[in-house]
Amino acid sequence: MLIPHPILGSRDAREFIYLGDVRLLDRPDATRSDAEHSFCDYVFLRDNPAGVHRELWFHEQGDRSWLVVTRNTTTHEILGAELARDVALARKRSAQ
Amino acid sequence: MKFSGFRVFAEALKGNTGWRPLWRDPEPKSDYDYVVVGGGGHGLATAYYLAKAFGQSRIAVLEKGWFGSGNIGRNTTIIRSNYLLPGNEPFYEFSMKLWEGLEQELNFNAMVSQRGVINLIHSDSQRDSFRRRANAVILAGADARLLSREELRAMVPFLNFDNARFPIRGGLLQPRGGTARHDGVAWGYARGADSHGVDLIQNCEVTGFRISDGKIRGVETSRGYISAGKVGVAVAGSSGRVMAMAGMRLPMESHVLQAYVSEGLKPVLPGVITFGAGHFYISQSDKGGLVFGGDIDGYNSYAQRGNLPVVEHAAECGLALMPMIGRARVLRMWGGLMDMSMDGSPIIDRTNVEGLFFNGGWCIGGFKATPASGYAFAHLLATGSPHQTARAYRLDRFSRGYVIDETGTGAQPNLH
Ligand SMILES: Cc1cc2nc3c(=O)[nH]c(=O)nc-3n(C[C@H](O)[C@H](O)[C@H](O)COP(=O)(O)OP(=O)(O)OC[C@H]3O[C@@H](n4cnc5c(N)ncnc54)[C@H](O)[C@@H]3O)c2cc1C
Repeated sequence: MLIPHPILGSRDAREFIYLGDVRLLDRPDATRSDAEHSFCDYVFLRDNPAGVHRELWFHEQGDRSWLVVTRNTTTHEILGAELARDVALARKRSAQ
Repeated sequence: MKFSGFRVFAEALKGNTGWRPLWRDPEPKSDYDYVVVGGGGHGLATAYYLAKAFGQSRIAVLEKGWFGSGNIGRNTTIIRSNYLLPGNEPFYEFSMKLWEGLEQELNFNAMVSQRGVINLIHSDSQRDSFRRRANAVILAGADARLLSREELRAMVPFLNFDNARFPIRGGLLQPRGGTARHDGVAWGYARGADSHGVDLIQNCEVTGFRISDGKIRGVETSRGYISAGKVGVAVAGSSGRVMAMAGMRLPMESHVLQAYVSEGLKPVLPGVITFGAGHFYISQSDKGGLVFGGDIDGYNSYAQRGNLPVVEHAAECGLALMPMIGRARVLRMWGGLMDMSMDGSPIIDRTNVEGLFFNGGWCIGGFKATPASGYAFAHLLATGSPHQTARAYRLDRFSRGYVIDETGTGAQPNLH
């Protein structure tokens, strides 16, 4: 698989380490009263869709950036990649 | 139809005209007491034990493809019971005992061969951890033997003992471990279930659950609605997708694991050998092919095929371990859908929906579990309480803090 890195261009997937579902960006608020429940959900539960999946990849043997890759889990086709930082900042902005 | 040496002889005299299909091909009925979703090894074994061991009837197995199309027909066939943790080891040893009597039980040749499983040791710390595991295995009533380098050399002289980076310093042997013929296991259970009145229904995909008042009523399928008293789901790599239809999210990701077979060779490998410095395991089939595998590819996948980097990695491990296989050519390779759980251990439990039960999370090691998984799931379905060896396999263990993490790698499915 080739991952279209937004800065470095097309890179071999073996330069990356896979973490998983992009929801891992949404760390729950530890100060809320339901934190125990929401952390359990955050750490252990996954949607696991057959089809389009947004997921975190770390460019370990490259620029060490985190990417959000959009990929089809039934065909392995990669539909896009963004810097995870940009995705996280955009979410924060829209949450404010 | 009973199989025996006499039968083979008699059929030979009659030009083999007397053999019949191993099971019926019934139309699905409109309702059953038990519907088992998924006709892999675990689903078929569940139906068999429900009928045979727990005396239940009106049972159907619904399989979206054909029996053997999933992981039961794709694995590298290794069976063993040498786990470390108390939540796991009694269950796998129960499975090993069932393997030992399986062919007589089913009157079917599943080619169960206890040719031994050797896990190689490459460092002092690894020897310490294997010694601890061996002690845990023996405490649970199973068998384990620590082998010195010399003992190992006498058994498998062809290994690269003096590899500069990963010298081989010994091994952990389970003499009762070995291999079994994976399709034979599926067919044997299917035939056994059928002969106890179970309806085996292939080409029947479950497309939804009918649930009302918190209770399961039946399943929607590609061949119409079927109502059911109890529904047991055992769909391995499709667990996430199927349980989502009942509104559940699981502590699980689906990944792809590949396997490889070489051309047929003269017998060289006495049993199963696993590399201790990388993920690689190898045995030789009775036809002569070297059967080997390595890591999962490591990203979510429902594709049943993998990519080349992992193939290369497995080949590199193999060559580091036994350079003699360098000239053997790989004949075939394929992939299967792994139900990778968050702690690397399985789940056999009821769900929040009354009458809906779940069996999954077998990761890369559920073939060896087939008999015990079927037995324990049938126990749960028939009696409503977990089998005594499967009590740790609860769905809520993650929220309660009772994970069963053999490798100690945490909630990261691609590391289990
Ligand atoms: C390459 C590879 C190597 C392996 N090596 C080993 C090994 O050496 N030792 C070991 O112990 N384990 C091994 N495993 C793991 C083992 O094969 C699995 O854990 C085990 O087979 C899973 O249980 P099963 O047999 O019931 O799964 P499957 O055979 O996959 O059964 C699940 C069935 O459910 C069906 N299904 C899915 N969705 C639906 C639906 N909606 N409706 C109806 N049916 C549905 C599927 O078609 C499938 O037939 C390996 C697996 C792979 C892929």
